[in-house]
Amino acid sequence: MLKKRLIAVLIVNNGQVVQSVRFKHTNAIHYDAVHAIECFNKWAIDEIIIINVARTPESRNQFSDIIYRISGECFVPLTAGGWITDQDYADTLLRSGADKLILNTAFADDLPLVRRLFERYGRQCIVGSMDVMRLEDERTTVRVDRGRKDIGIDPVQWACFMVENGAGEIFFNSMDHDGARKGYNLPVLSMICDAVTVPVIAFGGVFTWDHLVEGFTAGAQAVAAANIFHYTEHSTRKAKRHLIDAGIPIRRE
Amino acid sequence: MRVKIGIIDYGMGNLRSVSNAVQAIEAEPGFIADPDGLSAFDRLILPGVGAFPDAIRQLRQTGMDQALEEQVKSGKPILGLCLGMQLMCSGSEEGGYSRGLCWFDADVARFPERLNLKVPHVGWNNLLQTKPHPLFRDLAGEQDVYFTHSYRVECNHWEDVLAWCDYGEPFAAVIGRNNIFGMQFHPEKSQRAGLTLLRNFAGEDIC
Repeated sequence: MLKKRLIAVLIVNNGQVVQSVRFKHTNAIHYDAVHAIECFNKWAIDEIIIINVARTPESRNQFSDIIYRISGECFVPLTAGGWITDQDYADTLLRSGADKLILNTAFADDLPLVRRLFERYGRQCIVGSMDVMRLEDERTTVRVDRGRKDIGIDPVQWACFMVENGAGEIFFNSMDHDGARKGYNLPVLSMICDAVTVPVIAFGGVFTWDHLVEGFTAGAQAVAAANIFHYTEHSTRKAKRHLIDAGIPIRRE
Repeated sequence: MRVKIGIIDYGMGNLRSVSNAVQAIEAEPGFIADPDGLSAFDRLILPGVGAFPDAIRQLRQTGMDQALEEQVKSGKPILGLCLGMQLMCSGSEEGGYSRGLCWFDADVARFPERLNLKVPHVGWNNLLQTKPHPLFRDLAGEQDVYFTHSYRVECNHWEDVLAWCDYGEPFAAVIGRNNIFGMQFHPEKSQRAGLTLLRNFAGEDIC
């Protein structure tokens, strides 16, 4: 049977792996991303997602160089993204060793680019990433451009739109939950899982292993976390043990 | 002497993942874009990420299809990965209908809607071996490997299927006939199990 997936996310800012708290990135966790990958590779993680959150596109070459260096050590799927604004750079990331591309702002600003990438590499290569935030009037809307721009669209509608336009998976994050240690945004996650026909990856807010279980219960095919994995020795193994004990079908090493 | 494994470069997909894995099993990888360069290698891998119509067009335009055909006849072991496996079939319904390399009497079709599944089939799923084969040496018990695909191979001869995988219903995960093999998953991204499969493919007794 198809197993549920446990995914480690590396947030990279100016070449360093950083902690993310509501999309602010002040604390460096690893000064060298390659070291972080070596740990995850040994610790039975199912997949790795690495995102460049630098504020400016000048960071692109340094980031693709990191992909090149870590892919030599990485024998699980590697998804990379951040500042994919043209096809050449998407090609560069894939040639550097990324297996999938994660796209966020492009779905709002440059659909022709998304279409070209989808037609060239296939749907399975495109992960549609979405960040949501709850407004003061209790509505939750989608934000793009590293969380800076509210596009005023309902999350479920946006997830369906991304799937119609080429996303083979949805990577769901909530800015209010990012680094807030209260678990995933379960109500919105659950609505998206019900609405789309592609796998959904839950992200944002994990502080206990039970939060991972909650993500699966809400309907996600994969659960992802960043900060928590960096601070515990053998963290991904411990997470997997907890998931197996909770009855979640997961790959054993 | 290290086994030389040629990785066909026809402009599709991330060849570096495959070459990293070949290095990890202590074989010697090389990229081949020129159809005349195939005979220098002991084994060939036809990788592939992308859409079927583009890929088969690329192989034909460069004459790689005919060069590969000659290698098949010469008995050289050839392994197709993911889209590479699909290209070895009669044809695919992806993006209209395209004819494939026709090495296997098999059709490539999308996971049917009646199964009501999330498509693409993404993630780690286990292999169900149909018979003992040198490819499966040191792979006892349940082995999970990494899949990511929306189309599956439907073989007209069941004896071509070396391992099934179950997603809604069984589909062909590993196919093989004489010196040609196909894997629907990505052994280069399937950690220890995947590297073992590749090491076995590089082994002397593979066919």
